[in-house]
Amino acid sequence: MSAPRLELRAVSKSYADGEQNVEVLHHVSLSAGAGTVTALLGRSGCGKTTLLNLAGAMDFPTSGEVLIDGRPTASLSEPELTALRRTRVGFVFQFFQLLPTLSVLENVELPLLLAGASHTSAAALDHLQWVGLADKSAAFPYQLSGGQMQRVAIARALVSSPDILIADEPTGNLDTASGDQVLSLLREAATRFGATILMATHSAEAAAIADVRVHLRDGRIQSIDQSIGSSPNQR
Amino acid sequence: MKLLRTLILRPLRRDLLRTALTILAVALGVAVVVAIDLAGDAATGSFNSSMQTLTGKTDLELLANGGLDERLIAPLAALPFDAHFAPIIEAQAVLPNVGAVPLYGADLASAPAGIAISKPLADRLRTSTITFNLAGRQMTFPIAQTFPGNSEFLVLDIADAQRALRRFGKLDRIDVTLGPGENLAKVEPAIRRLLPPGTLIQKPGSRSDENQRMLRAFRWNLRVLSYISLVVGAFLIYNTISVSVVRRRAEIGILRALGAARATILALFLAESLLFGVVGAALGVALGRILAGGAVSLIAGTVNALYATSRPTAIQLTAAEAWTGIVTGALVAFLSAFAPAREAMQVAPTEAMSRGAREHHARLRWRRGLMWSAILTALALAASQLDAISGYPVGGYAAALLAIGAAAMAAPAVVIAVNRITRRLVSGRVAGLLAARSLTASLSRTSVVVAALATAIAMMASVGIMVGSFRETVALWLDTQLRADLYVRPAVPASAGDYPALAPEVAALLAATRGVAAVDIFHGLALHYHGERATLGGGDLEIVRRYGRLRFLAAQDRDAILRSLPNADRAIVSEPFANKHHVRAGDRISIPMGDRTVTFAIAGVYYEYSSSQGYVIVDRTTLLKYLPNQPATNAAIYLAPGADRDQVQRAIQLSAANYGITVAPNQTLRKAAIEIFDRTFAITWALEAVAIVVAMLGAANSLLALVLDRRRELGLLRYLGASPAQVRRMILTEAAFLGLLALLLGAALGFALSLLLVFVVNKQSFGWTIQFHPPYALLAGAFALVWGVTVLAGLYPASVAARLKPIDVIHEE
Repeated sequence: MSAPRLELRAVSKSYADGEQNVEVLHHVSLSAGAGTVTALLGRSGCGKTTLLNLAGAMDFPTSGEVLIDGRPTASLSEPELTALRRTRVGFVFQFFQLLPTLSVLENVELPLLLAGASHTSAAALDHLQWVGLADKSAAFPYQLSGGQMQRVAIARALVSSPDILIADEPTGNLDTASGDQVLSLLREAATRFGATILMATHSAEAAAIADVRVHLRDGRIQSIDQSIGSSPNQR
Repeated sequence: MKLLRTLILRPLRRDLLRTALTILAVALGVAVVVAIDLAGDAATGSFNSSMQTLTGKTDLELLANGGLDERLIAPLAALPFDAHFAPIIEAQAVLPNVGAVPLYGADLASAPAGIAISKPLADRLRTSTITFNLAGRQMTFPIAQTFPGNSEFLVLDIADAQRALRRFGKLDRIDVTLGPGENLAKVEPAIRRLLPPGTLIQKPGSRSDENQRMLRAFRWNLRVLSYISLVVGAFLIYNTISVSVVRRRAEIGILRALGAARATILALFLAESLLFGVVGAALGVALGRILAGGAVSLIAGTVNALYATSRPTAIQLTAAEAWTGIVTGALVAFLSAFAPAREAMQVAPTEAMSRGAREHHARLRWRRGLMWSAILTALALAASQLDAISGYPVGGYAAALLAIGAAAMAAPAVVIAVNRITRRLVSGRVAGLLAARSLTASLSRTSVVVAALATAIAMMASVGIMVGSFRETVALWLDTQLRADLYVRPAVPASAGDYPALAPEVAALLAATRGVAAVDIFHGLALHYHGERATLGGGDLEIVRRYGRLRFLAAQDRDAILRSLPNADRAIVSEPFANKHHVRAGDRISIPMGDRTVTFAIAGVYYEYSSSQGYVIVDRTTLLKYLPNQPATNAAIYLAPGADRDQVQRAIQLSAANYGITVAPNQTLRKAAIEIFDRTFAITWALEAVAIVVAMLGAANSLLALVLDRRRELGLLRYLGASPAQVRRMILTEAAFLGLLALLLGAALGFALSLLLVFVVNKQSFGWTIQFHPPYALLAGAFALVWGVTVLAGLYPASVAARLKPIDVIHEE
């Protein structure tokens, strides 16, 4: 069996809070393979976002290891980490995080521009088409609805065809209809493009599209359940 | 008070660097104003004669162009009033290792023989005899007595002074002191009846007032220049308070929802600006006192070289001046913060507008800005057409201020236009795209920074163009003016009086030197004319006609004019004199000379750039007819064909060695004149530099604000794959864009301001015509330097941006 694309091995993360050391994640082990959606569930403050940052190599564990394609993220140099973010990992946030100064098309192009790619407009337009917003390419973020903004954010996260998509409460700020649209796009990204999706969520609808649901409580994994018929690479 | 502490003071403490930059900007602005004021007072405050400490209170002064006859004293003393009439002679003695010191001739008949000196000078010299050079002769006197006083001066008995100066029978002045109970209104007419028509009767202090009046254009222009940094600082306060308001919109909304009144919000932000103003200005006053020490010698040098002999007095920072500085700083801060504070006041309790939408509205307002810019430009054009108001170029400065306003209003349109033009250039270059977009996106803020930088750049460019044009004009003029081969003048420092005399033997010595073809002997003396100072001169105008190249205003026939002067009551006047006194060729001017008033016909007006007070020149024969004993002050020598200049120079130096003269070839004089010119404008450059430094502080401050404001966006870029180097490059690109925008706007505004300075302000202040010669190479260098420094100002904000931790900032709300 090939190594899972994303793997957390006995990961703990703690922060210094004044004199005290606060442990946010405790001994978490998890893995996810290509084309799967994993939902992280739990109350606010249970460690979901910390886990996402560790999985996306934006932060590093205090102990344990995060491996992407078998390589520990902590061993990567700054240029390697930048390269990883450019090509392997995409992010979607609860508050969309589009740049207000750029048009919709430019927002989607941005990761490609940062990576120094050419023919960026065509690729960006393709992805806008996929999320159904090609007609808004010249608009600016403040002219869009919340749902539309999140669809642009998904197009942006996937424009450089990353293997891993990290989504933090992607529907947390949306109405039901918009949320459903976003979820079906995420599901499609996993199924059609083979992306590994790790999503933190409070919503039952979001949990329902996941292949694996990881329940976190106070920084520990409380339980993991899998949808019938799915075949996640889990240990 | 608690609100002030939590909403205003706490954030200021958190952003210590930005707070410090803003305060420093105000401090520098105020410091320059205070320094120029204090230094100006100290450099020019010493016109009050040290004789006053000697003679005590004087009620009237009697004087005449070319001196008074001493025989006036007897009939004056015989008047049936209790009044004392003191004859005075004034000169400058040059002491070895001390320099020029005022020498007075006064009635010391009852004192022991010898010279009297003031206590400070006695303390310095500590000898019993004193040797000095007076009007080209070395003299030695025993020191007979010491006078109290707080400045250095010498006093000789009037007869000794007349003998030493060869002004036999002549007085410079008669001081009149009335006894108690005498009525000036009765005494003055009685005195007037005894005096010849050309005599001036003045209240004491009039000469000092006259000197101050003479300097007013110089000091006024210097003062206006000193306000530039404060204007640039005002833009920065506006910017800082705007940033403060933008950042705290949510907090303001919450406060309003909790019941805070609009007035409370307004007061909070005005208090913030006052804090910057008061703290900055207090620092500025202290700094200004220090800077004044450096500025005073620069200003005094200019005053001595171009206007009148003065010696710097101590710099005195009075409580009133300190308070004026602090109030000025506070007021500038308060006024510049008013608009953003008002904006804060209008934040609704339900404020939820995003920055994107707000800035979108700002973008829509650029057309309105452009319209205002056009209106202000029209007003500036109208103001530039106004005549000077009592000698002050009020219209010119109003036009300059309006032009700055017009440029500031046009700033948003320029930002948008340049962004559109450069859009193609930056497409595909991510740092350029993000930088340009971010600047346009925060248009309201970018425009203020661009306007502030542009104002500083424009001031630099306009003063540069004005000074460069002036310098070129003077250089060209010197080429035509200084046609003689050698120039002779008394060997005394510039501080040794305005018209140091040549020893009378010198003229004959010069004429007798082998190789000399012609000697133009010139007599210069102070002219009191309609309450203003000028120079009255007599030269050999036939020699000037034959050898010189004096240039007259257009359509005046040089040859015919100069031919018409010898042995006639005709004069030529310099352009500044003509402009100041509104006279032109063909007019008549009445000039008191000695004991009569002579009416001269103005034969022509000539270009002259050495004195803004102006010259009235008559032929030497005419001058000596009315003022027979007037000493010569300098001479121009024209060599015979084939004569060796160096040889002639050596021969003159040898033969006149005992008369204390310097002989210089015209190149040396030309060089010295240009050196004086450059020294004169040194302080101007120093003021410019401070304005640029203030603008740079502003650029750094604003870029830092932009970085802190967009922390989340910068963090996001890192999530999307930006490397720290890319983020750094983006901020530096923003700095470069900001500099480029400011340069474009500043260059345009600077060109407009330079036209105002050259053709309106200078003409009205000093009265001379300056040819327009922009120093392109110098300007290009200065622009490149400013641009470079703007990019440097972005280094720190760029490194702050590159060091931001993405996960810390991305989840901030």
